Amino acid sequence: MKKFDKDKVLLGIAGPALALAVAFVLTTLVLLVSGLDPIEPYSLMIQEAEYPDIQVLILNQTGTYYLAALAVAIGFRMNLFNIGVDGQYRLAAMVAAVVGASVELPGPLHVLLIVLVAVLVGAFWAGVAGFLKTTRGVSEVVSTIMLNAIATSLIAWLILPANLGEQLKGSNDLTTGEIAESGWMTGLAVEGGNIYGFTFVAFALGVVYWFVLNRTRFGFDLRATGASESAAQASGVDAKKMVLTAMLISGGIAGLTGLPLLLGQTHTYSLAFPAGVGFTGITIALLGRNNPLGLFFAALLISFLEKASASLDQYGYPKEITTIMKGLIVIAVVVSYELVRQYGLRRQQQKVGEELAAQARKNKEDVAA
Amino acid sequence: MRRITRIATAGIASAALALSVSACGSDKKSDTAGDAKDGKAAIAYDIGGRGDQSFNDAAFAGLEKAEKEFGISGTEAEPSEGEGDPDKVQRLTSLARAGNNPVIGVGFAYAPAIAEVAPKFPDTTFGLIDDTSKTGKNIANLVFNEEQGSYLAGVAAAKVTKSNTVGFIGGVETPLIKKFEAGFVQGVKDTNKNVNVKVQYLTQPPDFGGFSKPDLGKAAAQGQIDAGADVIYAAAGLAGSGSIEAAAKAKKWAIGVDSDQYNQSGLAAYKEYILTSVTKDVSGSVYNLIKSVKDGKPQSGEVRYGLDANGVGLSTSNPAFTKLTEVTAAVDKAKADIASGKVKVNTAP
Repeated sequence: MKKFDKDKVLLGIAGPALALAVAFVLTTLVLLVSGLDPIEPYSLMIQEAEYPDIQVLILNQTGTYYLAALAVAIGFRMNLFNIGVDGQYRLAAMVAAVVGASVELPGPLHVLLIVLVAVLVGAFWAGVAGFLKTTRGVSEVVSTIMLNAIATSLIAWLILPANLGEQLKGSNDLTTGEIAESGWMTGLAVEGGNIYGFTFVAFALGVVYWFVLNRTRFGFDLRATGASESAAQASGVDAKKMVLTAMLISGGIAGLTGLPLLLGQTHTYSLAFPAGVGFTGITIALLGRNNPLGLFFAALLISFLEKASASLDQYGYPKEITTIMKGLIVIAVVVSYELVRQYGLRRQQQKVGEELAAQARKNKEDVAA
Repeated sequence: MRRITRIATAGIASAALALSVSACGSDKKSDTAGDAKDGKAAIAYDIGGRGDQSFNDAAFAGLEKAEKEFGISGTEAEPSEGEGDPDKVQRLTSLARAGNNPVIGVGFAYAPAIAEVAPKFPDTTFGLIDDTSKTGKNIANLVFNEEQGSYLAGVAAAKVTKSNTVGFIGGVETPLIKKFEAGFVQGVKDTNKNVNVKVQYLTQPPDFGGFSKPDLGKAAAQGQIDAGADVIYAAAGLAGSGSIEAAAKAKKWAIGVDSDQYNQSGLAAYKEYILTSVTKDVSGSVYNLIKSVKDGKPQSGEVRYGLDANGVGLSTSNPAFTKLTEVTAAVDKAKADIASGKVKVNTAP
């Protein structure tokens, strides 16, 4: 039994490792084909990552990505593809920023209120897709993509100075007004800058995720429904309710994605608030195999690729190589997981076959004796 | 098994999405940062980066000119799609740390980042284009009266249209681009009340694709032409080149923006249909700032560029435009009216 577990872990790591190796080789080939030095960009990136301020940047980005990836991963465990994390977190961050800027409360309460609003808005936006799926059978892939576009338009309308936004004099940016200092979250000041307080909350949520999924009845129901809806139904799980709940939780966590930045740095939602984090979250969830630890390393890797490559163009290398690499990772991950899965399956069959053969031989010997 | 196939589909779908999100071409040839003895200057680009034939290229032209004249070495840095303030802070910090002076943030999105970084480098001058909300001793706010240039474009458009329909295409619906729209519409209406202006924005923030995707500009221009427009003014960065292409193919007039697009090599095939361009002397402002630092008297505070001294204006490099003397006379009159204060141009529609 123990030996089997070791196999499982090895196979689990083989998937991402294979994908990364393939992505790395292909990216190097792209560099070669475009007539560039294939090694120097990597060494430049590693050099870059030695600066403390870049390290802080990477860690903070990891926290943000980790939240987005957790949101996606919960959906995946349930066999739901929440592609709408992007819209959910932007809308949540925007509304939370508006609420945060319009009230003044004692410190922790103010932060708590902002967090709560973000969770509720994110959950609501994902809940729309969940509701459509459970009542009308609308594929959540389609509805969440559409909801992303609707969120974009809704935010663009809400942030107009005539509605909830404001335009500072002399600025060409629109913001939601600054959150009072009581609503800021203190971080950890280190040599290279400030590690946002919410970054630690993000990692703590990873532990909660692991516990809920693997150590509670609810987590079991969720995984069971994900594995087979009809089987779960037969054993007394209300599958529809699980779909809706999973979607709400996924959206709630997605709503938190914008908070490290909102509470720790910008204190306002502006036109320059980052977008696209939700899509990167999908990459990370795939690469990290929905495992809380795997998600962390995947988020760290993607953040490293992005942040360390930012200044490559100052050295004459197009930093888009990391965009290529990220795209390749996604494709390679899908292919390599399937390969590893088939290999694992064959290996298991072989083993079972061998054991059966040994059993048969033994039986024969017994009979002969 | 079903689960795996589903995840495979999901993966491929997300890969396709990720690629389409980041599919912004960059055909730039970056210069390697060198250590020139005579000083270093750096610009950090806005969305779209170098090669947009417009806003960012204008900033680069200013840097290039300064490089040649003063023998300084210039560094450029491009933003990534969907980045946030911390990335901009980091970019400016690393440029300032490398000894560049001045460091220029191209575009209003750099405002919060410059406000954060500038105090940490008191001996470096920071240029901030298109924003006066964040000020400081070592910050030079380089701003333009875009609405005035657009007003002149509106006058010209109203004069040349035969169908009494003209089009305005804005890249991303931000207050800055609305300044262009406000000036243009007012210019058209002041010249001829009966001309109908079709207004369209390509994307809404945070989707800044409207500044970088020519296909969007092309489709929008096509739509306006189908609806009868025969002059298209696009204030949309790189996406505007798609509008110019569509207008030229339909043999309609296009009005360019920011740079004198008649002279842009990337648009040479369509140049005879580029009636004029609303120029915004970003290149001059970049050059002037570098020069002021070089001369030891760095600019600081608001530096405004208007119609006077051609900070904004209408280019006259297309001979087909200068031949239309009635049009140019009307433009000159409007210019005089703005200068004398007789006409006040709105900054918001």
